[in-house]
Amino acid sequence: MSTISAPTDAQGSHHEVEPGHPPTSTGLSNEKVAMWAFLGSECLLFGALISVYLLYKGQSPGNTITPEDVYDIPYTSVSSFVLLMSSLTMVLALAAIQRGDHRRLRVWLLTTALLGASFVAGQVYEFTVFIKEGLTLSTNLFGSSFYVLTGFHGAHVTLGVLMLASLYSLSLRGRMPTEKAETVELVGLYWHFVDIVWIVIFTLVYLIP
Amino acid sequence: MAIVTSPPPSPAELPPPPGSARPAPVRLLRRPTHPTGLWSWITTVDHKKIGIMYSAAAFIFFLIGGIEALLLRVQLGSPDNTFLSADAYNQVFTMHGTTMIFLVVMPLSAGLANYLLPIMVGARDVAFPRLNAFGFWVFLVGGLFMYSSFLLGGAPNGGWFGYAPLTRNMPGHNIDYWIFGLQILGIASLTGAVNLIVTVINMRAPGMSLFRMPVFVWMSLIAQFLLLFALPVITVALFLLMFDRQFGANFFNAQEGADPLLWQHLFWLFGHPEVYILILPAMGVVSEILPVFSRKPLFGYQVMVISGIAIGFIGWGVWAHHMFVSGLGPVATSAFSASTMFIAVPTGVKIFNWLATMWKGKIRITAPFLFAVGFVTMFTIGGLSGVTHAVVPSDTQQTDTYYIVAHFHYVLFGGSMFGLFGGAFFWWPKFTGRMLSDRLGKMQFWLMLIGFNMTFGPFHILGLQGMPRRIYTYPEDMGWDFWNMVATVGSFLIAVSVLVFMWNVWKSRKSPQVGNDPWDARTLEWSIPSPPPEYNFAEIPLVTARDDLWHRKYEEDQEGRPVPRTRPESEERAAVGRAVEAATGGEAGLRGPDATSSVVTETAAGRAEAAGRAEAEEGDGVDATAGSHAEAGDEGTHHDEHGGHDGHDEHGGHDEHIHMPSPSYWPLVAAMGLAVVCYGVMYKFLPVAILGGLWIVGSLYAWALEPATAPDEPEPEPSTSTDLEPVGSGTGSAG
Repeated sequence: MSTISAPTDAQGSHHEVEPGHPPTSTGLSNEKVAMWAFLGSECLLFGALISVYLLYKGQSPGNTITPEDVYDIPYTSVSSFVLLMSSLTMVLALAAIQRGDHRRLRVWLLTTALLGASFVAGQVYEFTVFIKEGLTLSTNLFGSSFYVLTGFHGAHVTLGVLMLASLYSLSLRGRMPTEKAETVELVGLYWHFVDIVWIVIFTLVYLIP
Repeated sequence: MAIVTSPPPSPAELPPPPGSARPAPVRLLRRPTHPTGLWSWITTVDHKKIGIMYSAAAFIFFLIGGIEALLLRVQLGSPDNTFLSADAYNQVFTMHGTTMIFLVVMPLSAGLANYLLPIMVGARDVAFPRLNAFGFWVFLVGGLFMYSSFLLGGAPNGGWFGYAPLTRNMPGHNIDYWIFGLQILGIASLTGAVNLIVTVINMRAPGMSLFRMPVFVWMSLIAQFLLLFALPVITVALFLLMFDRQFGANFFNAQEGADPLLWQHLFWLFGHPEVYILILPAMGVVSEILPVFSRKPLFGYQVMVISGIAIGFIGWGVWAHHMFVSGLGPVATSAFSASTMFIAVPTGVKIFNWLATMWKGKIRITAPFLFAVGFVTMFTIGGLSGVTHAVVPSDTQQTDTYYIVAHFHYVLFGGSMFGLFGGAFFWWPKFTGRMLSDRLGKMQFWLMLIGFNMTFGPFHILGLQGMPRRIYTYPEDMGWDFWNMVATVGSFLIAVSVLVFMWNVWKSRKSPQVGNDPWDARTLEWSIPSPPPEYNFAEIPLVTARDDLWHRKYEEDQEGRPVPRTRPESEERAAVGRAVEAATGGEAGLRGPDATSSVVTETAAGRAEAAGRAEAEEGDGVDATAGSHAEAGDEGTHHDEHGGHDGHDEHGGHDEHIHMPSPSYWPLVAAMGLAVVCYGVMYKFLPVAILGGLWIVGSLYAWALEPATAPDEPEPEPSTSTDLEPVGSGTGSAG
């Protein structure tokens, strides 16, 4: 529910939003403000998780597996690259629906979802390799904090893939008209956020020794 | 649901016969459409009904938490008591604290905010009505989930703060119920916070600039921001503990080198903002009550708001004062000691502003006023003992004694609960259309005040005598017997005062109907009928001043005293067009006198209210002056801004559609799935957990694909529903 349109339209006062949206006090749609608020909250979620990881970095008692034993930087760099490229395709998807090009929208949505899914698959593979090398959730502080932090991120990516797939199937059934470009934009915001978090995690967790 | 309202007649026209007052909703939907009865509440997305459900559920939890408190007091009333076993005592004090904080004060504040925030900013509902319903059901599911532990093997018993590593290794599922219950409640609060933030930021009526918002809106907004940023921190802490307990992680396993202070840091980084989440809405309530009953504007509005914001920021930098005895080192303790003293400054500013609001006011001593004054005094005592905690050597003596228990009860009961009771008395006529008895309210106040001070005052002494917290009994020769007995008697006085309140509520069914504005109040919610119609405002108001309603009712004479407006508002119509532009353009210079907001009430309803008002004035507690100026809403004339849009709507007689969001089953269904997942994970029964997960995902899809507002059926006059279509369309496709 938003402010009634009639009085404000007549006076041309409240900010105009994109077509299809009622005028709001800020000019941004409710959904977009909500998404930004939610992402603000998510920053603290990942902030706390990353802090815990850093707090426990190097604190595991000796003679257990350390990050240097298991990390495969080239492999993770490739999967990070895949995830970053998905941000590019997300932008292309949004640009497509804003132009009204629904065929390309679907192409880029699907590409983004597949890139995201490959990242998750890569993470699952990485986890299985680590477990084979003897690092589990209970092995030491490193195991606990590594799996929970990256697992949380992986869960976020999975959720994003689900949303992208939903958008794709809606579009296939003709239920994503050009006026709903903002829905794609909102999923895009979430997707870019998850990517940015990965840049931070990749740098702090994998790259900095 | 589409509702048809009659546009009001011109002022000259007499109200139509009562029969035409409110045409029945014109259509039935395949979606839930129960206008009344149980299902209308279960499927509702109306912020007012949700607010009432929050408050009602929280009140029931308040009774449960209160009974738990009485159990504790009976046990401690005499030395060497065996009324409760140590184990039962641990469960009861843990659930008492958890209940009062997460299931009483937070949802009561959420209920008030839900009900009032949209109305106070001039909106018809919150930004995401279904998400709002979801938040309530998740809260209820979380509360019931946690309480189901009593039946399923024992309630949480690790204290409301659940310190790990202790809670990591406690056997049984007690702590698991606490962990999962709080996770569920966190989801409820997070959705509520996002929703209310968007509502206040984005859905203010034209002219309602940020610094025209009522202080209650401001304080609730700040509390919602604190929730938004504090909840993820406790979520992480609870997740880590869950991984430790369920899947053998090591986050709190000191043997593996885990930091034993990690939990305390994470918990209090959430926990201290949480304190302000609990107190800020009550501060807002008091800031609404005092001006009305002092008949003066709030003293220092801007300073009040800015102090609230300052508290919101500084509240993030004081958490380690809960940990002064944990060995943080002199630098950290000094820094947190200084920040803790510093946060007393904006709090003190507020107290002085409330005093200055009352100073030289025409004070009407009513029940809400008494509760507000009770808040100010009791909160001041709690604040002063709080400052003693900022002094590290003093705090070292007080930590984990009853002195701390005294402090936070003065702040949370003497503060939050007194404020919320004041709010209940103040807004009861708005919520129900009927007054609570002022006589009983005053009786309750004095009983509660005396009982409260008898209970928690002696805790200061006991604490300074060295009585530790969380002990289930104590030997006879400690010198603690007398004051413990006094406290126990006092706690039963509080219980009596709560019974008086319940009696008052029960009796109010028969009290006379009141009009829009029984208190002669200042803010927008009093410009619409009591109880408000589903759509709140038949016409979205145009706000031209802080305390807009007051300026619609009064102007100032030469000496600056308020005098009732004499010019009928209709004569000022001409100014409105100019006012719209000026007001929405943010021109501060234009004040109420020349620009009237258009608020329209259904005329027949208005007439009934006028009659009710006459009765109400005879009823107890309503100031005789209150009713006489309460007409603003009733005589509000039709603002014809949309004359340009829909020619058919120029003269009364045609119907105007207000599209309200439609009821939905999905918020409830989705919320229930959360409990299923939690039971599944807790008892390591994977199929149940997976079922719960699919349940949630499925209902979220059903929800997302269901339009927020069900499409209209064909109308005899199709044009009517299209002209105003943006009203409902933005109701939150994500809602």
